Amino acid sequence: MRYDTVVIGGGPAGLAAAIKASENGGSVLLIEREARLGGILKQCIHDGFGVVRFGEKLSGPEYADRFIKELRRTNVQVSLFSFVTDTHKCDDGYSITYVCRDGMHTVQCSSIVLATGCRERTRNNIYIHGDRCAGIYTAGAAQNLVNIMGVMPGKNVVILGSGDIGLIMARRLTLEGAKVLGVYEAKSSPSGLTRNIHQCLRDFDIPLYLSKTVTRVFGTTRLEKVEISDVDEKMRPLAGSEQLVDCDCLVLAVGLIPENEIARDMLVPLDPKTKGAYVDQNCQTKTDGVYACGNALHVNDLVDYVSESGETAGIDCVKPAHKRKLIQINTEGKLLYVVPQLLDVNSDVSRVVMYFRASEELSAQRLTITADGQTIFTKVYNKLLPPEMERITVDFTQAASLRDLTVKLEDK
Amino acid sequence: MELVCIVCPNSCRLTVENHDGQVSVSGNKCKRGEVFANSELTNPMRSATTSVKTTVLGYPVVSVKTDGEIPKSKLFELMQLCDEIVIDKPLPIGTVLVDNLFGTKAKLVTTTDMEDTNE
Repeated sequence: MRYDTVVIGGGPAGLAAAIKASENGGSVLLIEREARLGGILKQCIHDGFGVVRFGEKLSGPEYADRFIKELRRTNVQVSLFSFVTDTHKCDDGYSITYVCRDGMHTVQCSSIVLATGCRERTRNNIYIHGDRCAGIYTAGAAQNLVNIMGVMPGKNVVILGSGDIGLIMARRLTLEGAKVLGVYEAKSSPSGLTRNIHQCLRDFDIPLYLSKTVTRVFGTTRLEKVEISDVDEKMRPLAGSEQLVDCDCLVLAVGLIPENEIARDMLVPLDPKTKGAYVDQNCQTKTDGVYACGNALHVNDLVDYVSESGETAGIDCVKPAHKRKLIQINTEGKLLYVVPQLLDVNSDVSRVVMYFRASEELSAQRLTITADGQTIFTKVYNKLLPPEMERITVDFTQAASLRDLTVKLEDK
Repeated sequence: MELVCIVCPNSCRLTVENHDGQVSVSGNKCKRGEVFANSELTNPMRSATTSVKTTVLGYPVVSVKTDGEIPKSKLFELMQLCDEIVIDKPLPIGTVLVDNLFGTKAKLVTTTDMEDTNE
């Protein structure tokens, strides 16, 4: 069987990519490993999704539902319970092997869209010592238990990480009858939105402890207690500050990493800053015909932008292939990253959507984009925070020469 | 007094002053901040999302929301109400489970389409 494009992953990015690829005349296969489409949105039952795209606050499942209904109006083939085991280059495109309920299938396609989302950092990623007992979950695993399986992960809960996921789980577990003993954060300021500090913690009198982290866990079969330590400004635990907290559940909300197992297998070059692929303005990676979008590309904070990059990939991946000329976009100043990292000057450069994050909390900043020394874009920001991604649209056709492209962030 | 507006992700820091029943709000970027501050001082309201049990194959629980705001003081009562509901057939997204929650116009509605199989 041959398709114009195969989209791997049926979350918000993959749904958007598949819909656009099909609407633009492509034959599309969408591969999803779970029983239902929607990805992580299925379990994000809280509201706040879709404010940018739909101008209303939807819950995660509602946001996904809009795309699933739209997908049903297209000719996209969907294969559920399907897991990709091999991808490789063949004569006229790519060959993809996947396993599903009726066995193993191999299909050919001209392009691949990687929409595999991201994975949570685990206990091992942050070096928590101690016993190997039950009761330690990532926030996403705990969320799946409560919101999909209808099972509580514990009764007395310690949450590590004050990002929005940690705060939302603190409220959710409290509403369902658990006692959340505290949300602990190694940084000196909370990572989540101020609004979530108020509506998730303050509303329920859940304490927030800053500059503290979990350094050890204790429990023979089930978690019995955790050791909390103060940390210094570099987040190193301070000896002598240890305190023990009795609990039967530890929820870790300690960050996300783009999932790029398939990209790595295919030797697609990855950006150490985003931990996703290097892409051009059309979400095409350095490997011709391989696209990356959504959280597999870089961890987004709004699903609206995940869908947007999925659409960008979906539109481009069914266009006839052309010879690309990729120019690197350099960064200067306190920028954590800029996506895309490359500009294909042989395709449309008039409406390039760029995302960036500052590397630290900054005020009164000016972002400037230059091409061969000529300023083609500038914007002033009163405040920039690393957890808040910024989005701009840049017209590169104003540039006299598309050489030496630089994005610079500096004091105003 | 200081409040943080929770209407949108801007999280405006509001300064609220009460001059003999005349409430003045500053720090808000839009009108909704003023409405929020007034309600927060008299009768704080929240919208809520949770889940209810089902006997449908593949759906141990299904997600629900209040489609408007209910008094903050009623959140745990809402949870009790949800505890008593058991859905016994696949329902389309947006199905109303309870009308006029706690005397408000808000309804409890499903937010997942159960017509999809989910094993």
